[in-house]
Amino acid sequence: MSPASFDAIVIGAGPAGLTAGIYLSRSKMRTLLLNEGAVGGQMVLTHEVANYPGVESASGYQLATTMKNQAKKFGCTIRSNISVTRMDLGGETKAIEINGRETFTAPAIILAPGGRSRPLGVPGEEELRGKGISYCATCDGDFFQDKNIIVVGGGNSALEEAVSLTKYAASVTIVHQFDTFQAFPHAVEEARQNSKIRFIMESTIAEFLGSEALERVRIRHLSTGQITETFINGVFVFIGYVPNTETLRGLVDLNQSGEIIVSPLLETNVPGVFAAGDSVAKRYRQITTAVADGTIAALSATDYLHTVGELGSVEEAVAVS
Amino acid sequence: MLQTNLKHLLSAKDLEETVAKNENVMVCCGRMGPMCIPVYEVMDDLQGEYPRVAFRDMEFDSADATVIRKLPECRNFQGLPFTVYFKNGKVVKATSSIQNRDQITSILDTQFPAKVVAQ
Repeated sequence: MSPASFDAIVIGAGPAGLTAGIYLSRSKMRTLLLNEGAVGGQMVLTHEVANYPGVESASGYQLATTMKNQAKKFGCTIRSNISVTRMDLGGETKAIEINGRETFTAPAIILAPGGRSRPLGVPGEEELRGKGISYCATCDGDFFQDKNIIVVGGGNSALEEAVSLTKYAASVTIVHQFDTFQAFPHAVEEARQNSKIRFIMESTIAEFLGSEALERVRIRHLSTGQITETFINGVFVFIGYVPNTETLRGLVDLNQSGEIIVSPLLETNVPGVFAAGDSVAKRYRQITTAVADGTIAALSATDYLHTVGELGSVEEAVAVS
Repeated sequence: MLQTNLKHLLSAKDLEETVAKNENVMVCCGRMGPMCIPVYEVMDDLQGEYPRVAFRDMEFDSADATVIRKLPECRNFQGLPFTVYFKNGKVVKATSSIQNRDQITSILDTQFPAKVVAQ
């Protein structure tokens, strides 16, 4: 088996991909974990993880680092901050090219590319990111001490982060596109009880304005179409995630939202190709559900490799790791 | 001190000396937070690829980081990390908030191009 060929290649090193890496490597599969960003995925965006069973409290970064170290300890090869430039998922041997110059092959692939914060996609957003527009309250909240800010969104993240931002801000206005919130009732109640928080419902941000930093926003009321312009110091956007599956279109079946369609065993429509984590079509997206997905996908891939008789020898795997 | 594999700038004097001794310097001034960690990781990865660049980090909350926080190029920044690129002692580029590998290498290639050796 050449240094570029593996039993399994996992694409994505969030909790799903790292868990798959741990399980596969511990089963002595020669496993390569490729990641386009930093190891940990969306998990590192979490300041404090308090509901991961067995861990009372840890930062997302700490949890990600522990998972990475576990995977490496079992012999998993990890390459992060790479670009996947070509994927050939048909046939018995799959090929993944990275950075336009290196190609790796394996009979089994696990796709765990995760997702990213969904931008609003309105004029001014890209130019003013980091200059008044933020997607991380724990990172940038203290820049807005005694300032007036807007939080966009109506899910748990938006409501919880709005409450958390009242520690700094003079006022927080939640702008939400519907007339009701999608967040859990206790999160909505906590926001409603907070005297610093006000609400603008059935509305969306139409444009961000400012020369060198954010100065004003245009808010459109979705029922009437009326636009109002407001002076504001900062806007935090929490409107969910989009799956990182653009490069998978045409390679595996995706649904209308761009999520990977899988069986209960996390098989895609392509034999030997499995998927796990936030990029998969499913209802709930938590670190724990991603970890469960990574486990199932790794076990399914192992079964597949045994079935097709494509495993490298244990001796080879031990020699490499 | 930041828990990264990069060399740390521990004082304003450290920064001054680093910028004076190196033609090309990239400084990421941040915390161990979700928008900063990916930038540190990219910088760590790029150290081998860009030997002509001195990659450093600096703790945003240290008193001496004021020298970065108060740079005119950073005056409108409201997102961590503040990343500043120095060439021959002068600021040539500064970015606010998370940047990915492609965005960073694009700046490095533009601001700190490899020198072509005449044949």
